[in-house]
Amino acid sequence: MKFTLKIWRQKNAEAKGAFVTYEIDDISPEMSFLEMLDALNKGLVEENKDPVAFDHDCREGICGSCGMYINGHPHGPVPAVTTCLLSMRHFRDGETITVEPWRAKPFPVIKDLMVDRSALDKIQTAGGFISVNTGSAPEANSILVKKHDADEAFNSGICIGCGACVAACKNASAMLFVSAKISQFALLPQGRIEAKERVRSMVEKMDDLGFGNCSNTGACEAECPKQIKLTNIARLKREFYKAL
Amino acid sequence: MALAGLFLLLFLPVHLAINFLLLKSDPDPFNRAAHFMATFPVVKIIEIVLFAALIIHFLSGIYLQIINWMARPVRYSVASRTETFFFSKFMIWTGAAVLTFLVIHFFNFYFIRLGLVEGNPEDFYSVAHDLFKIPEYNIIYLLCFILLGLHLFHAFSSAFQTLGLDNRIWKPVVDAVAWIYAIVIPAGFASISLILWLFR
Repeated sequence: MKFTLKIWRQKNAEAKGAFVTYEIDDISPEMSFLEMLDALNKGLVEENKDPVAFDHDCREGICGSCGMYINGHPHGPVPAVTTCLLSMRHFRDGETITVEPWRAKPFPVIKDLMVDRSALDKIQTAGGFISVNTGSAPEANSILVKKHDADEAFNSGICIGCGACVAACKNASAMLFVSAKISQFALLPQGRIEAKERVRSMVEKMDDLGFGNCSNTGACEAECPKQIKLTNIARLKREFYKAL
Repeated sequence: MALAGLFLLLFLPVHLAINFLLLKSDPDPFNRAAHFMATFPVVKIIEIVLFAALIIHFLSGIYLQIINWMARPVRYSVASRTETFFFSKFMIWTGAAVLTFLVIHFFNFYFIRLGLVEGNPEDFYSVAHDLFKIPEYNIIYLLCFILLGLHLFHAFSSAFQTLGLDNRIWKPVVDAVAWIYAIVIPAGFASISLILWLFR
């Protein structure tokens, strides 16, 4: 397969960026999007050119490192996959693919397609934890949890913090991320103890960092690679009102 | 924002019920209802709350929109292709259109009652009938109620989500009621306009 790639190139946070067009050939349909970019970078390095910078780590859809805006979709056009698991067979041979970094005020571009997503870490450290003494793991059945609650907490807890929800939202809101982190604790007895402080701190931090507000467009849910549900946001609201 | 919006949603069916009296050939029932709404003390108090809700809804909408625009200073070059709730993307614009209509509406009715505009506040029946004879007014009226319908559909379900009253069980019910409300209320207002314009 061959593609025309329009990729956002930007030397650093201060530099002015622009799209650069590359032609790439000999791409196997089985390749992932990141492997395609690896092939592009191999060619650029061989030509003594600066390779395209992009974030990646596990390349199996669980770390949340990779993420780029591909043809109008965070993580590309296939639902429920991260960029690293996006296969090139989902694109037409000869297609022009436009690749941009996440765009949000709290996600400044570091270089090319890499953005600083530490804003999400700052929200997490503001309250996304439970305070327990370290030591050996306690007996799993000493605190009983309803199966439904455990399942719901798990469904929220699988958020990988990739930032696709922010990237997809027309308001650059981090509400889905925060609501998933709030929900995973709010649904479990261990998390109830600090629930009020947690929701107040995390929401306050989210607002301070300059994320937009949720206007319930549903874009975050549609693009989340882990299919985190909007009902988490309603739960976040309930938790917030209870904490007032 | 959501609470103020929900309060405004409660007012519309009352207004629509009174407007249906315009279809009667006798002006008295409508004028008496309008007089009651203008003079009954409890309604006067509700009117103050209604105006407060309108102002809060308008100002918080503008404030949130500015924050939202600021949150993405650099736009994407490829427009989003994400499938979203279609009407939700245009709330600020449909809201602005409804507000523009409200200003016209105030000039035509409410300001007469306040004495700011010339007219007989005891005969709004005739005022309304005269207005609905003007084709341009009807077209603007109908257009605004289509936009109001688009605004209401998202507003209704969104308000429940914002108030935390949404979950997997109730969401289909809320969405269904939102559809019904967003169609029935504007269609009711529009039908009165069309009947008076085309058949009277």
